[in-house]
Amino acid sequence: MSAPVTMRVEEAPPLTALRRKDLLGIADLTPEEISLVLDTAEAMKEVGERPIKKVPALRGKTVVNLFFEPSTRTRTSFEIAEKRLSADTLNIAVASSSVVKGESLADTALNLEAMHPDMIVLRHSSSGACHLLSRICRSAIINAGDGMHEHPTQALLDAFTIRERKKRLAGLKVAIIGDLLHSRVLRSNIHLLTKMGSDVWVCGPPTLIPADIARFGVRATSSVDEAVTGADVVMLLRIQLERMEGAFFPSLREYFNVFGMTDARLRRAARDVIIMHPGPMNRGVEIASEVADGPYSVILDQVANGVAVRMAVLYLLSGGAGDEAAA
Amino acid sequence: MKRLLKGGRVIDPANGIDGRRDVLIDGDRIARVDHDLPADDAAVVEVPAGLVICPGFIDMHVHLREPGHEHKETVATGTAAAVAGGFTAVACMPNTNPVNDNANVTAYILAKATEANLARVYPIGAVSRGSNGELLADIAELRQAGCVAITDDGRPVATALLMRRAMEYAGMFGIPLIEHCEDPSLKGDAVAHEGYHAAALGLRGMPGACEALGVERGILLSEVTGSAFHVAHMSARASLRAVRNGKNSGIRVTCEVTPHHFTLTDESLGSPIPYDTHTKMNPPLRETADRDAMLSGLADGTIDAIATDHAPHHYDEKHVEFDRAPFGIVGLETAVPLSLDRLVHTGVIGLQRLVQLLSVNPARILGVAGGTLSPGAPADITILAPDVAVRVQAAQLRSRSKNTPFDGWELRGAVAATIVGGRTLYVNPAANVPNGL
Repeated sequence: MSAPVTMRVEEAPPLTALRRKDLLGIADLTPEEISLVLDTAEAMKEVGERPIKKVPALRGKTVVNLFFEPSTRTRTSFEIAEKRLSADTLNIAVASSSVVKGESLADTALNLEAMHPDMIVLRHSSSGACHLLSRICRSAIINAGDGMHEHPTQALLDAFTIRERKKRLAGLKVAIIGDLLHSRVLRSNIHLLTKMGSDVWVCGPPTLIPADIARFGVRATSSVDEAVTGADVVMLLRIQLERMEGAFFPSLREYFNVFGMTDARLRRAARDVIIMHPGPMNRGVEIASEVADGPYSVILDQVANGVAVRMAVLYLLSGGAGDEAAA
Repeated sequence: MKRLLKGGRVIDPANGIDGRRDVLIDGDRIARVDHDLPADDAAVVEVPAGLVICPGFIDMHVHLREPGHEHKETVATGTAAAVAGGFTAVACMPNTNPVNDNANVTAYILAKATEANLARVYPIGAVSRGSNGELLADIAELRQAGCVAITDDGRPVATALLMRRAMEYAGMFGIPLIEHCEDPSLKGDAVAHEGYHAAALGLRGMPGACEALGVERGILLSEVTGSAFHVAHMSARASLRAVRNGKNSGIRVTCEVTPHHFTLTDESLGSPIPYDTHTKMNPPLRETADRDAMLSGLADGTIDAIATDHAPHHYDEKHVEFDRAPFGIVGLETAVPLSLDRLVHTGVIGLQRLVQLLSVNPARILGVAGGTLSPGAPADITILAPDVAVRVQAAQLRSRSKNTPFDGWELRGAVAATIVGGRTLYVNPAANVPNGL
């Protein structure tokens, strides 16, 4: 179950850096480390509001954005974050299909390593791809989404956005609704929110709920009303068209009718509920436009905060990565 | 040339022997097993206490990879691994390239085995041509060439009808159909057991029912045809239940379990090395309740055999993303230490039962020589040192491939020596093996 930070008895010196080489997933982080990232992101957000949006924190550092899956939001967000920290950035977009025929992921990584980057931001369709890189690379590896496993910076920016609005994470009822089975955003958010003491509910058709979900410390339901009732946060997850062909649900129309988030369904939520979505949205499938564009939506705040949170992660890991004692 | 092994503990369940006996070997045959045999003209070898003399172990599920995948394994390297692991014989699966679906391939494998001159090799032929599930392979021809069973291993027999026909046809020769039990639609593109660990790691899972459906199908068709049906590498508790029910109904069903399925669980997917591709095999490592069911099936006799599903893969093939890695691990050189450590020393089974699982029953199921130390039987002998410690070192394996999840494991129980046809082909320097054995 969740371990609220306030329950801690033993005192530890306050953290000033992530004492780890990589950010592979939220599962590895302590509540203190999560708080450190969120606190640091507040300072970073201020940088983005200045007329000159640049600090020299990563000057002389090289960051490679290695993306094996198409991504607009995450890649752009990382790139802006890196540039605001004065890092030298390099974007490599690889179509997964060409890799199947050609070079292995390990060889691609080793070739990049030979050019001495400091960090590699990896997006890959295979769960655990970052762990493979982590084992063979000296560079810090930042997971920008691996298969169905984790998307840690998304969960961190979600938490930042919730904290910004609600001033806390502990004790909030968070309902996450959508394709739970295939979602790396879900897994990272479950780890983060349960570690920080939130009351996490997950909701979707039974065909899209992972096995043994209760062991993650969350409550699962297929009733949207039950999930939404009293919720402080409602987070929708993307429904992919191809899941319909996999017989996970009969049609997008039926999905919307049963699970789609509408103003009417939201009435059961807390009066100051916030609506989140990691994007890209399918309007009229998991979320109605009236909700996506409505007064409770913080979806664009999430995007804005993504830059600050990624700046914080890059900054905190660069301290750890350059420090031989931490290795 | 005669040799007299004096004073070891001999376990020969076929003859009801478990105790101190002398074993007289005459050339390539067992001559006698009895108390205090006279030396006469035989060279005497005093067997120290602590060594256990067993009929040669037979691994009925091995991928030797030749022809076609010699970068993974060859008949020579695979049989070298076999004797180092205490196996005097192996049965090799037909999913080579070309598939062993005709007498030429069978003859090629047997020629390679003769050339290697190590463990005995019993080829298993394909059910269908190319194992592609359409036309029956030339089963009579395969049988005549030396195949001891049929299977489309690596995948299930494509349809129930084809399986029925294959069983009926193979029944003519009394050979079993060995099935990789799996419902392909339920498996989909899964790479792990469906459960908490796969969910946490974001790996696609298949439930135990995926295997059990295949087990149930085979048992039902065995009942229809009266032919022998053997479940390969059983892993799920639902499969065990099906086999138990089938046996209770008098149906000719047998099954095997691998050392990794009675040792490991799906927890290994995430630790100690997350996404270690050496924890990827099919059937997958299952949850604790399934693993424990395999232990109970071994103890209560429902499970007939321990077989390794020795599946060598090259380093390059395994050194990739988890979902892109091939299924399978090597097993020949770790099976006996794992069995002694995890089954015998924990009290799950005794040594007698171990000999049944590794020797008597595989010989019976495949209808091959061995499984006993009766006079006139081939002098195929596995000598165990149950208390000698073993440290598994992947780099030291004889197999051409080193894909094992047990690298660095410390186990109690070793193979002391392996004798095939009267020739001592392996001696463990760490065991107290006398000269002249």
